[in-house]
Amino acid sequence: MHGTRILDEADRLMTVCNSCRYCEGLCAVFPAMEMRRAFSDGDLNYLANLCHSCGACYVDCQFSPPHEFNVNVPKTLAVARAESYAAYAWPQALSGAFARNGLIISIIAALSMAAFILGFAALNDRSVLFGIHTGPGAFYKLMPHNAMAALFSAAFLYAILALVMSVRAFWRDIGPAIGGRADGGSMFQAIRDAGELRYLHGGGVGCYNEDDRPTDRRKLYHHLTFYGFLLCFAATSVATLYHYLLGREAPYPLWDLPVVLGTLGGIGLIVGPVGLFVAKSRRAPELLDENRYGMDVGFIAMLFLTGLTGMLLLILRETAAMGPLLALHLGAVFALFVTMPYGKFVHGIYRFVALVRYAQERRSEAGS
Amino acid sequence: MSSKYDVLVIGGGNAALCAAISARRGGASVLVLEGAPKFYRGGNTRHTRNMRCAHDAATEILTGPYTEEEFWKDLLLVTGGQTDEELARHMIRESKDILNWIVEQGVRWQPSLGGTLSLGRTNSFFLGGGRAMLNALYLTAERLGVDVEYDAEVTDLVIEDGMFLAARLKRPIRGETEIRATSLVAAAGGFEANIEWLKQYWGEAADNFLIRGTPYNRGSILKMLLDKGVQEVGDPTQCHAVAIDARAPKFDGGIITRHDSVVFGIVVNKHAQRFYDEGEDIWPKRYAIWGRLVAAQPDQIAYIIFDSTVVTSFMPTLFPPIAGQTIAELAGKLELDPAALEKTITEFNAAVRPGTFDHTILDDCVTEGITPPKTHWARKIETPPYLAYPVRPGITFTYLGTRVNKEARILMADGKPSANMFAAGEIMAGNVLGKGYAAGMGMTIGSVFGRIAGREAARHAKN
Repeated sequence: MHGTRILDEADRLMTVCNSCRYCEGLCAVFPAMEMRRAFSDGDLNYLANLCHSCGACYVDCQFSPPHEFNVNVPKTLAVARAESYAAYAWPQALSGAFARNGLIISIIAALSMAAFILGFAALNDRSVLFGIHTGPGAFYKLMPHNAMAALFSAAFLYAILALVMSVRAFWRDIGPAIGGRADGGSMFQAIRDAGELRYLHGGGVGCYNEDDRPTDRRKLYHHLTFYGFLLCFAATSVATLYHYLLGREAPYPLWDLPVVLGTLGGIGLIVGPVGLFVAKSRRAPELLDENRYGMDVGFIAMLFLTGLTGMLLLILRETAAMGPLLALHLGAVFALFVTMPYGKFVHGIYRFVALVRYAQERRSEAGS
Repeated sequence: MSSKYDVLVIGGGNAALCAAISARRGGASVLVLEGAPKFYRGGNTRHTRNMRCAHDAATEILTGPYTEEEFWKDLLLVTGGQTDEELARHMIRESKDILNWIVEQGVRWQPSLGGTLSLGRTNSFFLGGGRAMLNALYLTAERLGVDVEYDAEVTDLVIEDGMFLAARLKRPIRGETEIRATSLVAAAGGFEANIEWLKQYWGEAADNFLIRGTPYNRGSILKMLLDKGVQEVGDPTQCHAVAIDARAPKFDGGIITRHDSVVFGIVVNKHAQRFYDEGEDIWPKRYAIWGRLVAAQPDQIAYIIFDSTVVTSFMPTLFPPIAGQTIAELAGKLELDPAALEKTITEFNAAVRPGTFDHTILDDCVTEGITPPKTHWARKIETPPYLAYPVRPGITFTYLGTRVNKEARILMADGKPSANMFAAGEIMAGNVLGKGYAAGMGMTIGSVFGRIAGREAARHAKN
């Protein structure tokens, strides 16, 4: 018996699957399962985070409902995965944030946007807030660069600390790799597997989302979202370097690297989340973890808002709307950062860690 | 749906879908009638995982060549010569091309699954298993414009002078109807789920049989054909039966209820007596005799008994073993006579001679002085906890079928080929497999004869 009902169910399913093994060619979950004969809590959380929810094993399973064995691996592992985020959250006092995640994220997002608007309004007079600012340093007329950098660095560093502490707990709980230890090759393999979403492919034909046809486009939309996010992050990083190393202040011309990166990333962050949201709303109920709908949609919405406000800011930066839009954009980004360790964002980190562990196990298996 | 089709396919498994696809590709309009609901479509194909095809060289997923001649020898061996050589050789020849053809229909291969390395050279495994294979075939069939009806119970076939005219159909909602077609492909499987029919040969013992596939394999189409003058083939009393966990559901437990632990222990009946040499041969070669052996025991129940030293020697099982710290405790849980079980195990342990255990070869661990002997892998059962799996006969498929020729055309009782009736899959497997079985052969029969039947049925319809 495990600590939770969902882990008991995951254990039951892995016992069924381990005596069948028909799905072992579909993804990483089943080969990892086959290396074990019994499953600890950590093992199950590891397998849950290895699962990419492609749905193939459900469609291919001769024992999925209405069969009495009632095998539904994607949904069970989705619930177990979400519960694992709460189980490893740091500090534990905040683990409850996962349960009502959509609501909490909306509140924090609204509050931080309001705070930036009110802050701008309080610190600047109306002519500055609704004024037209152009040229280097235009943004910093509303908020000094150092204040901006300090605030966001603090939020970002907190997010990193909380994530590191959570993931450390996860890493410890999933136990030592069967036969292996952390090495650069496994890390590199995991970066590749995560970067191309190797296991979000339905075993090769594509993923399942709406029905038993492999027509799902989540992989494409996830790529747009993820690489959009990375491009935006890169844009901010380059801009920071410009600022401190070259003494060049934002806003930058349209052809300049931060703007090009940010524009491409922003498009990804608008199109990707919309696609993911549509896919989520069409997902077959038997595959959907409906209790996590708020968490999933909350994260998608935050990414979308970040992309949208950023793009609007770019388009309207030479108008009177710049001030309020900057406040909205900064509010969205701030909320994204502070909620990062307590929302769907963590799925990427946990899954990456699980892929590292899987790469280790594969390497040691191949070596033995 | 139009009321008349070129080709009517009855059945919904591998053979039926290969026939439907091949007929449709041959230009025919095709209707598939599957008696089961959509989830249970495909009969035994749902539970399959590989197919045995001849090939002259290693492939991406097959570790070496498996020539036509070697396939033929294997078939001869498992059937003890009870096969139609011309038909069998034709099938084996055609199987070579099936390896590619089936991929063109959307099916994907993978190397042999963990724990089945002995099949890595001869058998191609379906990526995702039999249901994945079926899903691919259905998607292809639908894309090509094949009509498919589920829950379509055929109640009668109208056949005159060996000529198929129409099928009467009972639909759950729209009631009775008649469907006419120019050609018929019967691909509706055997009668393994029809307990009443099994009782004709097995008596009341059949009540204790578990059926490994769906409850829809009732053999109704086979029965109609045989009743209407089609020539039968195969021994009606024969069925493929393995020992499966007694706790499995009555129907559709599939592959996961099987037990591979016989060679690691002993098997006793309800009187706690051994009844057969558990170490007769390498397990895959003896896997399929244990269903019949258990069926012959009182109440059709037996118990595989082993100790804690061997639990990791075989695949993990769906149902956990029943455990006891002493033989007596285990016997109590199994509701066996403790004294009898202790006596059986004591005598067995005393008969075990020293040897070097190796379950991958016919090793030298034997018993002496007991009947029946255990002629390989005999080791003392002495390290608690003592463990047991209760087993019952699990019926996979039956051998009785319709006689066909190389065109998969049904032969009538007088030996004349039917004008427009064809058969493929388990319903005609008895032509090739008089008895015995080798892994993956059922799917070979289904795909090869399904493809031929569809092609010939379309050709007849288009002429």
